[in-house]
Amino acid sequence: MPVPILKQGSYLIASIQAALTDGEVLELRDDLADRIGRFRSRGIIIDVAALDVIDSFVARSLRTIARTAALRGAATVIVGIQPDVAVAMVQFRLNLEPLHTALDLEEALALLDRHKERA
Amino acid sequence: MIVVSDDVRLEIAADTDIVEARGEGRALAARLGFSRTDATLIATAISEIGRNILHHAGRGEVSIAEAADDHLLGIEVVARDRGPGIADVEQALSEGYASGNGLGLGLPGAKRLMDEFSIETEIGRGTTVTMRKWRERDALERLGDRSRRHG
Repeated sequence: MPVPILKQGSYLIASIQAALTDGEVLELRDDLADRIGRFRSRGIIIDVAALDVIDSFVARSLRTIARTAALRGAATVIVGIQPDVAVAMVQFRLNLEPLHTALDLEEALALLDRHKERA
Repeated sequence: MIVVSDDVRLEIAADTDIVEARGEGRALAARLGFSRTDATLIATAISEIGRNILHHAGRGEVSIAEAADDHLLGIEVVARDRGPGIADVEQALSEGYASGNGLGLGLPGAKRLMDEFSIETEIGRGTTVTMRKWRERDALERLGDRSRRHG
């Protein structure tokens, strides 16, 4: 199932609904890279609240998406990392850097707004 | 002594199998009274070793079982494949070792999420990873066990 992407002003919001297959991750990356150009988006928010596990594959995928988006001129913010998932990521020493993270959609929008003002 | 109950065996041949395997692990962890956080640690470790199988061997299996001794209750996960084997286990378990996926977090990461972790491997024959996570059994659980044994 493809990840739904909403357009909100100059931002794109992708809500991951369930664990992604490798193919779906690549599709999301390409979809976002394409839409950044089409909508002249300055920021991307990826909601991972539905993910019950973030393993090294998912972390690497999110970083790949963010790097691709950055080359297209958009900043990426990850939102909705569940508390137990955050604990597991720390223990695993999984690193999302240089990705930005925020607690929820509202925080992410505020972060992107500040980012845009500075730019 | 460690008693391991019947296991659930799952074929790992595609990434959707990994999702199923970690779901089984999470469900068993919950049944055994692990916290939600511990269940997530277990599910994440299963996810990593499942990916390891797919990446290096193409296919294999993961079995998940209950383990117990007098004071501890636990979950045992065994991942088997008949892949190429690991030439240098120490290196594979060291931080930042770049394996096929270029990230090298998988095995050392999984090891940190569990309490016990061991690898048996033979070049050209395959690899078996065994990992366990434990929790203390409370007095009531031990009492219930004793009365079952004697009753």
